[in-house]
Amino acid sequence: MYAQMVDTGVSKVQDVAQMTPEERAFQDRIDADVKVEPKDWMPEAYRRTLIRQIQQHAHSEIVGMLPEGNWITRAPSLQRKATLMAKVQDEGGHGLYLYCAAETLGVSRDAMIADLHAGRVKYSSIFNYPTLTWADIGTIGWLVDGAAIMNQIPLCRCSYGPYARAMIRVCKEESFHQRQGYDIMLALCRGTPEQKAMAQDALNRWWWPSLMMFGPPDAASVHSAQSARWKIKLLSNDELRQRFVDQTVPQADYLGLAVPDDRLAWNAERGHYDFGEIDWQEFHEVIKGNGPCNRERMQTRIKAWEDGAWVREAALAHAEKHAARERHAA
Amino acid sequence: MDDDPQLFDYMLRLADNGIVLAQRLGEWVGKGPALEEDIALTNVGLDLLGQGRMWLAYAREIEARYAPPGRGEDALAFLRDGGEFRNLLLVEQPNGNYADTMARQFLFDQWHLMLLGALAGSKDARIAAIAAKAAKEVRYHLERSADWMIRLGDGTELSHRRAQDAVDALWVYTGEMFSVDAIERGLVAAGVAADAASLRDPWRSAVAAVFDEASLAMPGDGWMQGASGRGGKQGIHTEHLGHMLAEMQIVARSHPGARW
Repeated sequence: MYAQMVDTGVSKVQDVAQMTPEERAFQDRIDADVKVEPKDWMPEAYRRTLIRQIQQHAHSEIVGMLPEGNWITRAPSLQRKATLMAKVQDEGGHGLYLYCAAETLGVSRDAMIADLHAGRVKYSSIFNYPTLTWADIGTIGWLVDGAAIMNQIPLCRCSYGPYARAMIRVCKEESFHQRQGYDIMLALCRGTPEQKAMAQDALNRWWWPSLMMFGPPDAASVHSAQSARWKIKLLSNDELRQRFVDQTVPQADYLGLAVPDDRLAWNAERGHYDFGEIDWQEFHEVIKGNGPCNRERMQTRIKAWEDGAWVREAALAHAEKHAARERHAA
Repeated sequence: MDDDPQLFDYMLRLADNGIVLAQRLGEWVGKGPALEEDIALTNVGLDLLGQGRMWLAYAREIEARYAPPGRGEDALAFLRDGGEFRNLLLVEQPNGNYADTMARQFLFDQWHLMLLGALAGSKDARIAAIAAKAAKEVRYHLERSADWMIRLGDGTELSHRRAQDAVDALWVYTGEMFSVDAIERGLVAAGVAADAASLRDPWRSAVAAVFDEASLAMPGDGWMQGASGRGGKQGIHTEHLGHMLAEMQIVARSHPGARW
């Protein structure tokens, strides 16, 4: 979800009969819930898939700083400003652990950033939507971080050790983020009519993009099946989406907000909410680069990277000169 | 106390430095030259905002004593106009490039740590306690910003030039940090405020030591903006503050009386 449609490089799930002895031993360890560690042998496709998945996740954290950072300078109270700065800072920290986790698979952070800037690797579709009012900050915390937690809690048990451990740390912070988002919504919904309307407008705009975060329906996804076999994806897109809807609708009710879906209804027989059709064309357009903010998000990231080049070069040059002076003095 | 209005004003000077500089640092979020820098800048901003809020909390208590009921934290932060802000001109200067931001930070941090050191000995126990707590954070801010002055000054030809340009441009705002007006004079005499003028020489030596290592030239002391008793501490600001406040206060002011 922070990693959507991760390409596993396979056209169908590999059959046990086709596996080499090494691959079979690897699959046996995964089946026995033994964690894979950086120095262990692993199939190339597993390594490549994980690199793509973890780096998509890391890029999502970094690009995700932009829509929220957009409101740091305008937060309406000092308390909210401090909380938002802390949250966005946490996201930078998550990006950092995740880049480090990906580096254990033999790819450098610079190479990953180059992949992002060249459009070779995506980030979550959700961050291509604009934050138009303060209520969007509440809604992102409530829905987007809520959806992220839903996906990341199972990932704490994923087969790759460094990723699983990073997820444990990330999840602790994300649950705090979700609470702060919901707290913003509560304040707005208990506030003036204008504040309540702001909250409803934000929910209207973010509801469907939040459901899209879980990725396309299960039926079409060969990658999901292979990733499930490798235990780097533990629950399917549709299962996670259903859990999210089931958890979130009562929260919207409590706020007194209407979920913008005419077909939303509790299904007692299934024990779940039924909900309407997602506009998958919109999702695929956003993934392709045609969302409301795709170009702007990438321009901002690329500009930050390019504008910072002379600073990074200076730090390196100083470190080299400093080391040379130390050697000379020794 | 008789000097409560003066003490309130002094607390705003301390609070507004934190709030305004935190606002500037918040503008960097997501745009830093490296992820670690992005995180560190936000961290420093958060510390300064937290310190600003501690000073503001005490300012509110003081105001409530002589002009009850006094104003709330957000009324002070979001409903004062530029002319009521008491921060130094230095901290409201725009971010510019990374050298401009780090030079502004270093010149301020070096003064800030010395000021807090002096305030930790204040006869006012609240001031002493807040200063002692803030100094622990600011020691780290200074270590970082001094380190960046050295890296940029010593790094490449380009970074050296940018660091020197930044220092040269900001230097005119450093004099205000050591100017003492009637409000501060009275509070210094009472043993409550720090004597900013006494910090000038130690500040100069400390800055010179870092510049020496960074191979940066100390600018000459010419005319100093705001040092004549008509500067940020008296509510006379540069044009930059108004724009910053317009952005910072827009949501709060668009919804009078709302709670967030």
